[in-house]
Amino acid sequence: MVQKQKGPLSALLVVLFILFAGFALFPLFAVTLASFKPSTELLRYGLNLKLEWSIMSLKNYAFIFQGTTDYFQWYWNSVVITVLFTVLCLILSAMVGYGLEMYRFKLKNVIFTLVLVVMMIPVEIIMLPLYKLMIGMKLINTVWGVILPFVVAPIPIFFFRQYLSGVPKDFMDAARVDGCSEYGIFVRIMMPLMAPAFAAMAILQAMNSWNNFLWPMIVLRTNDMLTLPIGLSSLLTPYGNNYDVLIAGSVLAILPILVVFLFFQRYFIEGMTAGGVKG
Amino acid sequence: MATPVHTNANVPTGQPPKPQRPTRSRWSRFIHSSRTAPYVFVLPFVLSFALFFAYPVISTVIMSFQEVLPGITTYVGLENYKDLINPTFGKAILNSVLYTLLTLVVLIPLPLVLAVLLNSPKMPGRGLFRSVMFIPALTSVVVAGTIFRLMFGELDGSLMNSLLGVFGLEPYKWLMNANTGFLALIVLALWRWLGVNMLYYMSGLQNIPPELYEAAQIDGASRFDSFWRITIPMLKPVTIYVFTISIYAGLSMFTESYMLWNGNNSPNDIGLTIVGYLYRQGLEQNSMGFGAAVGIVLLVFTLLLNLVQLKFFGLFRKED
Repeated sequence: MVQKQKGPLSALLVVLFILFAGFALFPLFAVTLASFKPSTELLRYGLNLKLEWSIMSLKNYAFIFQGTTDYFQWYWNSVVITVLFTVLCLILSAMVGYGLEMYRFKLKNVIFTLVLVVMMIPVEIIMLPLYKLMIGMKLINTVWGVILPFVVAPIPIFFFRQYLSGVPKDFMDAARVDGCSEYGIFVRIMMPLMAPAFAAMAILQAMNSWNNFLWPMIVLRTNDMLTLPIGLSSLLTPYGNNYDVLIAGSVLAILPILVVFLFFQRYFIEGMTAGGVKG
Repeated sequence: MATPVHTNANVPTGQPPKPQRPTRSRWSRFIHSSRTAPYVFVLPFVLSFALFFAYPVISTVIMSFQEVLPGITTYVGLENYKDLINPTFGKAILNSVLYTLLTLVVLIPLPLVLAVLLNSPKMPGRGLFRSVMFIPALTSVVVAGTIFRLMFGELDGSLMNSLLGVFGLEPYKWLMNANTGFLALIVLALWRWLGVNMLYYMSGLQNIPPELYEAAQIDGASRFDSFWRITIPMLKPVTIYVFTISIYAGLSMFTESYMLWNGNNSPNDIGLTIVGYLYRQGLEQNSMGFGAAVGIVLLVFTLLLNLVQLKFFGLFRKED
């Protein structure tokens, strides 16, 4: 594509990228290492890279698995919220994207402009009235309170609409002639066609939901309802920090995403890029 | 919704389905017509927009002119806005703007150059580097913040201080000082988003026709010329996209600061952001009207930026 790379230059590039890859992996490596050391070590010397086999153990992990904290309850809450949110978000957003792309109707452009407006305004601005609304709807400290306000999300709508622009509308007419209802077309013909888009968006939305912080922190109240990030951050208190649980818990929190990522790298990366930046 | 009549239509009687249609109820015909269907499809958005967006936006505006106490709300006119003129909020705005600018400075040129370098077909391990550099984006801000807090910790043995030690320098309290605290914030942002932005640029590079480079080469263009005159202009849509998301992420930054400074209060508010101030006033100190006014200021900032962007780049991918 570009001109030929010369040998030494190419080697230099590889070194450069090894440095950047090191920068990317280093903090994760450091925290994993720390998770095997007693937290007193961390409090005395800070996060460091010393490999001392004599003090390393699985104690922090054992402590979590003993179940004296709500750690696994948080984990479960995160799983429930992530799965529910992702499934609902995909179905509802795909519906909207489909309606906006495949039909001509009066309010089409108005609605699409509104989608863009929602996309352009940070949610933090409406946090307080949304919180009041959740109190009014009695959804505080519930899973639905976390999920409902954001489940119809503008980015997936935009993405699905974009994806469907490549699908010929003749499919619909053909299906109509065969007696398929409008909704049947969506469920039986379009949804299977949208499978790659679903895969990409599922990964993105699940990742966002799993890592979401501010809104769940506002909505969730009791310790047993917290999600993993909120639970972990609650271990940092002004009266002292539970670094043992925090560090090992952080490693366990990254693990599932990392495993999923390693298996579905291609979709992850497509999901990130497919967001619609095609030159 | 699906009446038995519907299933009957599939029975191969050889009869056209037409005569059966009138037996459907009016409601069913209405809901199944291709005129109604698009509205049914967009209904989730319309409902969610009205309830969870339009209503809260209007409430924010109204609340910003009120004093909201449990059970009692009083109209206070511009009182909240007058109270906004204070050094703490000034600091929050300054911090948010500075953070946004610094992330733009770091997170646009660097990923662009790295993407171009990595995109060369002769480059070994492209896929591996791309994936590895994406991994930080998978970690939540809470986990990442905790790690960086420890790395920039004040203990002698913490990573940054041991690094200073290598150069014979004294340990430093990184997060207690505004400049180095900000450095920690920016390094954290760089760590989490470098790989992602690089990925955006790499996907943009895929869409540049190779003929352009070949033609330029025939015309005797140097590699730098090609980069400057072909690559950069052709990547403009990606740059606009990255620019836009970085601005929104920058202006609404909160969690990073929350994690680095163990809650929403950094020493002398060196890490306070607009959203941090909104959270502190509206939720921690329960003065919702005042918090709403902070939200309005953030809204105005965002709208201004949108206008500037519309002026320069056109409406963000409205139709294509």
